[in-house]
Amino acid sequence: MSEFFTVSVIFATLSTSIRFAVPYLFAALGETVGQRSGVLNLGVDGIMLLGGFGAYYAVLETDSHILGVIAGLAVGLLMGLVYGVVTVFLHAKQGISGIGIFLFGLGFSDLLFQELVGTPLPIRPLPRLDQLPAVGGIFEPLVELPVVGPLIFDHDLLTFLAFLLVPAVTWLLRKTTFGMNVRAVGENPQAADSLGVSVARTRFISILIGSTLAGLAGATLSMQLAIFQQNLTNGIGFIAVALVYFGAWQPRWVMAGALLYGIVTATRIRWQSLDIIPQGASDVAAMAPAVITILALVLLASRVRGPAALTRPFSRH
Amino acid sequence: MERTPLLSMHNITKTFPGVLANDDVSFDVHSGEVHTLLGENGAGKSTLMKILFGLYQPDSGEIRLRGEIAAIDSPTSAIEHRVGMVHQHFMLVPTLTVAENVALGLPSARGFRTDLDAVSERILEISNQYGLAVDPGIEIWKLSVGERQRVEIIKALYRDAELLVLDEPTAVLTPQEVDDLFVILRQMTNDGTGIIFISHKLHEVLELSDRITVLRNGAVTGSTTPAESDRQQLAEMMVGREVKLAPDKPAVDRGPARLQLRNVSVKGDRGTVAVDDVSLDVHAGEIVGIAGVSGNGQRELAETIAGLRNAQGGSVRIDSTDLTNASPAEVRAAGFAYVPEERMKDGAVGEFEVSENLLLINHGDPQFRKGPLFDFAKIRAHSQRLVDQFSVKTPTLDTPTSTLSGGNIQKLIMARELDSSPTVILAAQPTRGVDIGAAEYIHSQLVQQRSDGVAILMVSEDLDEILGLADRIAVMFDGKIVTVIERESATREALGLAMAGG
Repeated sequence: MSEFFTVSVIFATLSTSIRFAVPYLFAALGETVGQRSGVLNLGVDGIMLLGGFGAYYAVLETDSHILGVIAGLAVGLLMGLVYGVVTVFLHAKQGISGIGIFLFGLGFSDLLFQELVGTPLPIRPLPRLDQLPAVGGIFEPLVELPVVGPLIFDHDLLTFLAFLLVPAVTWLLRKTTFGMNVRAVGENPQAADSLGVSVARTRFISILIGSTLAGLAGATLSMQLAIFQQNLTNGIGFIAVALVYFGAWQPRWVMAGALLYGIVTATRIRWQSLDIIPQGASDVAAMAPAVITILALVLLASRVRGPAALTRPFSRH
Repeated sequence: MERTPLLSMHNITKTFPGVLANDDVSFDVHSGEVHTLLGENGAGKSTLMKILFGLYQPDSGEIRLRGEIAAIDSPTSAIEHRVGMVHQHFMLVPTLTVAENVALGLPSARGFRTDLDAVSERILEISNQYGLAVDPGIEIWKLSVGERQRVEIIKALYRDAELLVLDEPTAVLTPQEVDDLFVILRQMTNDGTGIIFISHKLHEVLELSDRITVLRNGAVTGSTTPAESDRQQLAEMMVGREVKLAPDKPAVDRGPARLQLRNVSVKGDRGTVAVDDVSLDVHAGEIVGIAGVSGNGQRELAETIAGLRNAQGGSVRIDSTDLTNASPAEVRAAGFAYVPEERMKDGAVGEFEVSENLLLINHGDPQFRKGPLFDFAKIRAHSQRLVDQFSVKTPTLDTPTSTLSGGNIQKLIMARELDSSPTVILAAQPTRGVDIGAAEYIHSQLVQQRSDGVAILMVSEDLDEILGLADRIAVMFDGKIVTVIERESATREALGLAMAGG
């Protein structure tokens, strides 16, 4: 136990936590926008898998992480179009069609992987900021800073982007006309409709934002791990949906949940490598992130009611 | 010379599968007048207004605004034509602020970003002009019903509405709030706004309107003015036959107290005190009316008496039996019958057939059983008798109850409850949303029970109903019974004042 409680180990663990939190954060922030508009997407995990494979394959073929990100975003957008048409325009039940999207993503990403790649070939890992040719010079001295250097600056660009998205999504929801429309159609679509706000368009765009971010979440995961395999996400997308609920639909609480999840996961891995957790208990320990995050958020987050029209399809009559 | 009307709807016809909702309806409104649309549920008022607001397209006919043909195909285009609508069920987003609700759907001066400061400023201008006091920064869920209605009116005025449709605007207001609303509406008509007022409260219609048009079965049955008509005449135009607005009540001697409430205190759904130290007796052969604006503890009190909610203090007795916090079955066994406020939620099961709903309170009765099984022949005979006796209009006894009209569902519930030969009846909002014919019948049944020596407690928001039926009137405000008045000494004004806590 004493090996763990040294400053360098703790900060290294925290740094890993932050990186672990990123896929959760992208996916959960996107899902927050979708749910605030009244649409639940249980297909996030499937979209992450497809986005993850798209990014992996793009990097494998071109060695360009930028193309990897673009592939992840594009796959997410495409899946969002499908989910949006099905739920908004065809009024499908959201729960069941989301599971359909998940199952499609799970199966199709594996099929593509088996057909196009076959064996898990590693790709070049996502570079840290100080390794980027363009800005590396600026970040190199920052990473050298004691303690905060590795904690805050020794990350890749997507990690920064994910945390910057928290205030951005808050701003979008609170300070823009689009965000006001999103909140209105998620709460009382009839009222929004009576004032000429297009419920369908607002929800459709919200779904696209959510699933595009889910695609990015998957891309981040496969590029950070520098690998792809069947069911790479292992349920991250479902945890992200849960984080939205437990984060009470507030981006900052969703971020807190994602970070907590990252911290517990990173601590577990560190403790296992330090033999603090006995081998026999590793399966039990693997459940810890889910259990602790859910408990913490249930206790911390105020008992906020969700969007009143969540999962309810809208039509005029 | 005839002025051009602000709005004229010509020969509007609209059919839905199997229903002629609007049959060649013509209707117009001038600037500065209140034109009332009067009619029963299903008479076609809502359809006509939905056509005006772009929610439905008429099959034929045309709409002209300021003399020009207007193609209104969506709420947006109605708003562009400066038509505003205050819906009966408020179209507000509870989690948004007043300013956000007003700004919703309108372009912002700052483009993608909202410009709520400017919106709030304009809201304050409007509220000062018409005396519509409201705080633009407050979330809707924190506002009272009256304040929410003000927000709805502000929403329309903010959009420069010249024609304002108010769908049953007084249904949720206290008499004082209604007076305030009418002052505001008059101020608006003085400024040239045209108002379409939809209501079935006849004395309000007579008070506010310049003109009245009555619809029945989708067609216009006549137009009149308050000066040329009275309540009786309007009611008959609505129903198409002679009606009795107030039932004849024979003199009945008031018997002993049968339902006795002593210092009853009850908590509401949110844990706050909903009923606060209420004491009341209802005697054999009398109808006691509980008047009050909904949400002042009437529902909780009724549920407590019926055994559906526990009291925190006090006692409930029927005759000599203590029924404080007894189960619904025990309360019923003591001779209690209950006509609940929410007839589809608490009074009947929508998916059940008519005969099943008629059996809900006595399906355990041995007379309907053959060994362990139901005796369906007896059940059918029993149902048929009740349907005939209470003239419930249903195609068959096997018809799903939810397909009946509100009035017939209420008659079904009355049939079931009165057939149990109760000694105490609690009827909550017995005729809300029920057409005049059915209401007339339900009232006559309650009066009949009164003559038979039953003690009746009637909760109603409808002052006409209270004044027409009750022998004594208790007014509830903020969980307390603030006054109990004999019918002979009750006036509408005094009751209204008490309902507002005055």
